Amino acid sequence: MDRFAKRALVDLVMRSACTLATALALAPLVSVLAYVGAQGLGGLSWGFFTELPAPVGESGGGVGNALLGSLVLLGLAGCFAIPIGVLAGVYLAEFGIGPFGRLARFCADVATGVPSIIVGVFVYSLVVLSMRRFSALAGGLALGILMLPTITRTTEEILRLVPDSLREAGLALGVPERRVILRIVVPTAAPGVATAVTLALARAAGETAPLLFTALNSRFWSTRLDQPIGSLPVQLYSYALSPYEPWHRQAWATALVLVALVLTLNLGVRALTASRKELR
Amino acid sequence: MSPPLALSRSVSQPPPRQPDRLTPSPTAPPRPPEKLRTLGLRAWHGKTEVLKGVSLQLLERRVTAIIGPSGCGKSTFLRCLNRLHEVVPGTRVEGKVLLGGVDIYERGTDPARVRGRVGMVFQKPNPFPTLSIRGNVLAGLRLQRSSVRDADELVERSLRQAALWHEVKDLLGRSGSSLSGGQQQRLCIARALALRPEVLLMDEPCSALDPIATAHIEELIRELGESYTTVVVTHNLQQAARVSHDTAFFYLGELIEHAETDALLTKPRHQKTEDYITGRFG
Repeated sequence: MDRFAKRALVDLVMRSACTLATALALAPLVSVLAYVGAQGLGGLSWGFFTELPAPVGESGGGVGNALLGSLVLLGLAGCFAIPIGVLAGVYLAEFGIGPFGRLARFCADVATGVPSIIVGVFVYSLVVLSMRRFSALAGGLALGILMLPTITRTTEEILRLVPDSLREAGLALGVPERRVILRIVVPTAAPGVATAVTLALARAAGETAPLLFTALNSRFWSTRLDQPIGSLPVQLYSYALSPYEPWHRQAWATALVLVALVLTLNLGVRALTASRKELR
Repeated sequence: MSPPLALSRSVSQPPPRQPDRLTPSPTAPPRPPEKLRTLGLRAWHGKTEVLKGVSLQLLERRVTAIIGPSGCGKSTFLRCLNRLHEVVPGTRVEGKVLLGGVDIYERGTDPARVRGRVGMVFQKPNPFPTLSIRGNVLAGLRLQRSSVRDADELVERSLRQAALWHEVKDLLGRSGSSLSGGQQQRLCIARALALRPEVLLMDEPCSALDPIATAHIEELIRELGESYTTVVVTHNLQQAARVSHDTAFFYLGELIEHAETDALLTKPRHQKTEDYITGRFG
């Protein structure tokens, strides 16, 4: 066998191996989505999105309050984590060369790895115990704490990808540094930052453990921030743990809604950042 | 590198004490007034001294080329003239840079104001990708929060000066990064000119461009040199010959020789200059 035939063979083997590995990596993902779809689709109806959970024995019922609750919790978490996280990311990218920057970066990296249930217990002892009740506020805070390090670090990484030549171009035009960052660097990085924020939100949308200690659950419509509130993952959890067959079907349908919510978040922001092309 | 512009001649006389041959002598014809002068300019990158005391006089409305082998401090020198060297962490500058007789490194001077008076064009074209062509031209004024009167006229005049108007007049709303490399570079020149700078610095403005775009930019530098004090860093000796009135040769962070371009390239006074332009190193 000459050299070229050997190269072609090695190429074929390696390429097949890579294709196989990709297929293996995708298999669980696709099968989870397909299974959730197949099991949950049957339970979906308009009422499922608008009604309250039905008691055992009654047919129908939905997760309207849990869907609303999830949105409220994500909104709270976003209000808390997005401004702080993005600003901290800007700080680390633009000014974080000193020891304080290194410390903050290290803390953010450690915080990314903290299990979510520990964040739940932390907020429980901090907020729930002092307020003497479970509340949406505590739940939003827990999700926000989970999102914060991810947003900070990804914002930093994305701002660092903005070439220094743009910063220097701005400075060379006599623009003060703060305005170069605000008006040139951040807008250039904005689509990437938006994606990072969405990924963090999507991850938080699926968190269950920290909510069990903070927002608890509710079977009623509620938007009061000082009261327990329902959410899709916790509702799913309680449906799935129940011994009743109809509730299991509700659990599958809830899972499908949760997956769809995460997917919508992702696609929505992508469409938003892609269409945001008007130039000044 | 380049073909020898000065064929080997025997250099028997010792190198002159005074590298700056541009100091007016009583017999010389009147020369334009001084615009920019550096006095013992030293610059560091971390612990490395990149510029070792450069004193150089730049005259009004003349194009000065800065030549020298890689790492000789030409770019650093340029970046000291608009206080851009100091924005990189770990750098330091000492000495004076007199712009119109006033030291730009004087305590209390706002670097942003200096940079507004000294325009700069970089090696790689760097238009702002989030701004339109029009927005790029106006970027300096808008981001400085200066009021822009007659923006349309300013955009047209700047783009005309940069010889780009006819190519982009119907595309002003398009993104600056949609242009070709040479057009982007002229857009960057227009962006610098929109601020009506007193001095225009160009750091190897053609090295990322193809020959045709290079010819465009060189033509432009010659034209701009009639109204702006222009400093061009280049490591292309023919380019220096084509675009500049005066040339300064830097070597290892020192100014070796500064003279009219023709004189420096054909009758270098210093051995190192001769070695460089005949291609013995660099």
